[in-house]
Amino acid sequence: MTARTLLGLLVAGLVLAALAALPLFAGPYAVTLMIGMTGYVVLATAWGLFSGPTRYVSLATVAFFGIGAYTVGVFSETLPYPLVLLVAALIGLAVALVVGLSTLRLAGVYFVIFTFGLAELIRQLVTWYEVNVTGTLGRYIFLPVTPEGIYWQLLALAAATFLFSWGIGRTRWGLALKVIGDDEVVASHCGIDITRLKLALFAVSAVIITLVGAIQAPRWTYIEPSIAFNPTISFLTLIMALLGGADRLWGPLLGAIPLFLLFEWLSANFPNHYPIILGLVFIAIVFLLPKGVLAAVESRLRKGGAR
Amino acid sequence: MSELLALDGLTKRFGGLTAVNAVSFSLERGEVVGLLGPNGSGKTTVLNMISGFLPPTGGRIALNGEAISGLRPNRIARKGVARTFQLVRALPSLTVAENVVTALAFGRRTLWGKAAHEAAHAHLAAVGLAGRADQPAGALTYIDQKRMELARALAAEPELLLLDEWLAGLNPTELRIGIDLILSLKERGITVLLVEHVMDAIRALCGRAIVMNAGRKIADGPTAETLRDPEVVRAYLGDGHA
Repeated sequence: MTARTLLGLLVAGLVLAALAALPLFAGPYAVTLMIGMTGYVVLATAWGLFSGPTRYVSLATVAFFGIGAYTVGVFSETLPYPLVLLVAALIGLAVALVVGLSTLRLAGVYFVIFTFGLAELIRQLVTWYEVNVTGTLGRYIFLPVTPEGIYWQLLALAAATFLFSWGIGRTRWGLALKVIGDDEVVASHCGIDITRLKLALFAVSAVIITLVGAIQAPRWTYIEPSIAFNPTISFLTLIMALLGGADRLWGPLLGAIPLFLLFEWLSANFPNHYPIILGLVFIAIVFLLPKGVLAAVESRLRKGGAR
Repeated sequence: MSELLALDGLTKRFGGLTAVNAVSFSLERGEVVGLLGPNGSGKTTVLNMISGFLPPTGGRIALNGEAISGLRPNRIARKGVARTFQLVRALPSLTVAENVVTALAFGRRTLWGKAAHEAAHAHLAAVGLAGRADQPAGALTYIDQKRMELARALAAEPELLLLDEWLAGLNPTELRIGIDLILSLKERGITVLLVEHVMDAIRALCGRAIVMNAGRKIADGPTAETLRDPEVVRAYLGDGHA
């Protein structure tokens, strides 16, 4: 390990400690804001973990997010909290493996549509089950978790996600992901098992997303399928990761923070026009920064340097 | 000499088109063999089936007596088959060295870190790309990309190397360098199957030539004799010249 990586880890650790200490100084609104923001930072980073190198656009984010939230809704009164999180992660993993095995051979737009359909399918299945079997649509979640507790859990998950992302970039699997992003035919002819690698990455990404849903669930107190499986979550995650640049470690973070704050401000000040403005922001990002902020800054710098 | 590769009744159909029709031949270890034929005769399709890029419709491919037909390319690569592509496939966002490290890291020896970088530099030097290791692969010229692709294929330490028109598009000086490079592989004992249109190169390199036409094998033997075979001449030049 070089001095530079040690320094980087030290700085990252200090930033993490400062962020963790925030609730001790800030008020409840700031904590609420930080929960939402950290949640989206993790969602976008986990999304980019799989979609950045493979260039598969997944709209299944909310499928896993909702699975996490619902697992907490179902088991919160019967199992101890850490076990609930573990069950949520395992369900997310199982669904990701089944979905991954059956869909990762789909290419391009077929994969996008499949993942969107998957999220809707799971939402309808949960709705059907709640109406016909349990007899009620909503569920209450009464857990003795404080907002600070939720924030710290999300922060720990964020740290773990970044550590995983950064760590894999240093192994030969990180190189394999770059190769897959460039040319899958060459990748497989060099001995890389592309299907297995994609599946593993999809599963890790899905488990992280499931945990975000599970950790955030107690915030709602009351959940029903239209809340836990709201497709806007998938779209927001996607556009945040794209704005920052999905194929870079810090890209999704740089997209998630400004967009989360913007959407928060918009929904507070323009509640009636919020969806319209949201749509316009989506279009603007795709037109103006198709490869993300980081890539745009880098190419600007490179041009400046060449001059 | 022992048999390395054996094709038995290899067939590939795309819908109603039979691109490769019951082709059988075998390669001895250490041979350099040319696979010839007019455009569209199925040569590249044969290579694609050997490397696992396309699954065969029928027939069998065996490497060292073990069936490899229908395996995915990554499995076949690890059994000792490497290739270059007709249209050169660099990994443009990687550096030249990373291109070669890929084959080392996922090849049969799984080299990584310092050992992989040293090995990559050695492979690059062997194809004349010493000192270019840190350049982006996308910035190389066509011939240098071809060299890099060959270094990548050799880094996998193959027993069988498939070259798909690797010499096409080179000028006479480059061609001379290219031929010398392939001759050096022969000295290292690597078995090479090359699809090629450059006749001078085939005469210089290949002791034996296999000729295909319209998906079938029409000739197989010592290069000079095979090229004089009336059926081969007819396939290339038409009836009047046979």
